[in-house]
Amino acid sequence: MPIFEVDNLSLHYLTRFGDKVPAVSGVSFSMEKGEVLGIAGESGCGKSTLVNGCMGLFIPPLNPTSGDVRVAGESIMGRTPKDIRKNVLGRKVAMIPQGAFNSLNPTRKIKDLAADMVASHEQGVNKKEIYNRLRERFDLIGMDTETVLNAYPIQLTAGTRQRCVIGISTLLNPQVVIADEPTSALDVSTQKSVIKMIFDLLEKGIFSSMIFITHELPLLRHVADRIAVMYAGEFAEVGTTQQVIFDSRHPYTKALMGAMLSAEPGQKQKKPTAIEGAPPNLAKPIVGCRFAERCPVARPDCKTTTQVMRMVGGREVRCAYAE
Amino acid sequence: MPNKTDVFIAKNLTCTFGHGKKMVKAIDDIAFTIADQEIVSLVGGSACGKSVLAKIMLDLIIPTSGTFLYNGAPIKDQRSHWREVQPVFQDPFSCFNQFFTIRSQLKSSFGILKEKPSKKEMEERVDQALLAVNIKPPEIEDKYPFELSGGQMQRMLLARIFILRPKVLIADEPTSMVDACVRANILDYLMKLKEELKMTIVFITHDIGLAYYVSDRLFIMHKGKIVEQGTPDEVTLTPKNEHTRILLDDIPDIHKQWIVR
Repeated sequence: MPIFEVDNLSLHYLTRFGDKVPAVSGVSFSMEKGEVLGIAGESGCGKSTLVNGCMGLFIPPLNPTSGDVRVAGESIMGRTPKDIRKNVLGRKVAMIPQGAFNSLNPTRKIKDLAADMVASHEQGVNKKEIYNRLRERFDLIGMDTETVLNAYPIQLTAGTRQRCVIGISTLLNPQVVIADEPTSALDVSTQKSVIKMIFDLLEKGIFSSMIFITHELPLLRHVADRIAVMYAGEFAEVGTTQQVIFDSRHPYTKALMGAMLSAEPGQKQKKPTAIEGAPPNLAKPIVGCRFAERCPVARPDCKTTTQVMRMVGGREVRCAYAE
Repeated sequence: MPNKTDVFIAKNLTCTFGHGKKMVKAIDDIAFTIADQEIVSLVGGSACGKSVLAKIMLDLIIPTSGTFLYNGAPIKDQRSHWREVQPVFQDPFSCFNQFFTIRSQLKSSFGILKEKPSKKEMEERVDQALLAVNIKPPEIEDKYPFELSGGQMQRMLLARIFILRPKVLIADEPTSMVDACVRANILDYLMKLKEELKMTIVFITHDIGLAYYVSDRLFIMHKGKIVEQGTPDEVTLTPKNEHTRILLDDIPDIHKQWIVR
């Protein structure tokens, strides 16, 4: 049985004028134990909205339209935020947020923050017990435990802060971890050590599978088993890392690959090509392929016929002309 | 690059913060020259001193000791310095005031110039600058900073540079907040700026891949020192310093082994 399933999930934002803006439409995927799914896409394509949907956490103006999210067979849709926070977040699905600066309270020590988190999930545990568990976990992930636990966030470096956030959010042994650009605010060397730590946790069985969200395709190539490329609220291409990165079929994935930079001989002459134009405005109903306006190989009927997912070369692609 | 005048010259430059035991040497006795119309990248991890160096170039921090010359003379006053040296920062949202329209803020940047152009000319120059960064002027008419996307705002910062036409541009991580597509876009505009305005660009980044793509010369920094410098090909293909090698290895590259899973 898949450990995490998202079934035809559609989400919308409700504006104060009562209009529905569909941010995510018809997203489906499932994950097995030990699998890492990468989600790529440019800013504003609905990656972070999808994350909120995957946690079952709907805080206005975000609302579910249709679809289901199941963790180990159990649906987490249609619950109140209070119930989700108490019983789902942290235990079943945990989130590693983007900037550790915004997730840590500057006026509290790391250990107090972690103690609060555990106490809000489990009744009747005393502080000593929590601290012991915390020490054990921080030792396991190779941190300078005593110094870090007694420090205020401002005394730690950005990389250590991010590691603390990861340590605290996985403290209750969640089944699925959703990492939303966990390293985008860090430099390359710190990024590497943080990613190593995340995989260390996965290997040691602290959590069993992970959704990794980033716009850096080179990074995804190293961390993900499968990659889903997202565009304007829909998956454009879903396949194994090998298929999507080295043999991409959807015009959008190809364009993303073209915008990549790397320090290799000959790269200096090869200009990275930016994709012209901007993603469509989702507040207006879209007819036809969502990428048609910017697609370099669009045909006249692309703008009129809605595209559906189909199998091309062993992976799913949302393009009628992809080969 | 020979036979060109040097824009920046630094000798024995040191910049420290704090006193006694807690003293931090942000810039530690470094020397370099940056030639006219050259693109130089400062590359290094967090806290290596690259942003402090940028602030010294902008006269926002006064170095503790050593000499720092702009066009052969020490920097006298900030306002006249800023007419010729302008920055592009990492986070465009913290560079613009939330309470004023973007257009009025772009126009207010004429305030740094010695002689303000006429109102009509100001409007024209703003329009030209917007078109140069591929934004149609009506698109941002009456818009406030929070109404635009990160990529659009970053282009507004570049539009400011088109308006002021400085001689030197200090770009401090201009692409670290935007996604890969927008990054390629921003880099294109930077190159266009360089071509049109004949600027010297100091590009600051922690991504050596990016630095390789844009620059004529690379400075690799570590703990306040420049540990290696040379052309992009020299530095990336035959790195001599251990820190350069670490920086290169830590970049996730699609064709290289990165972490073992």
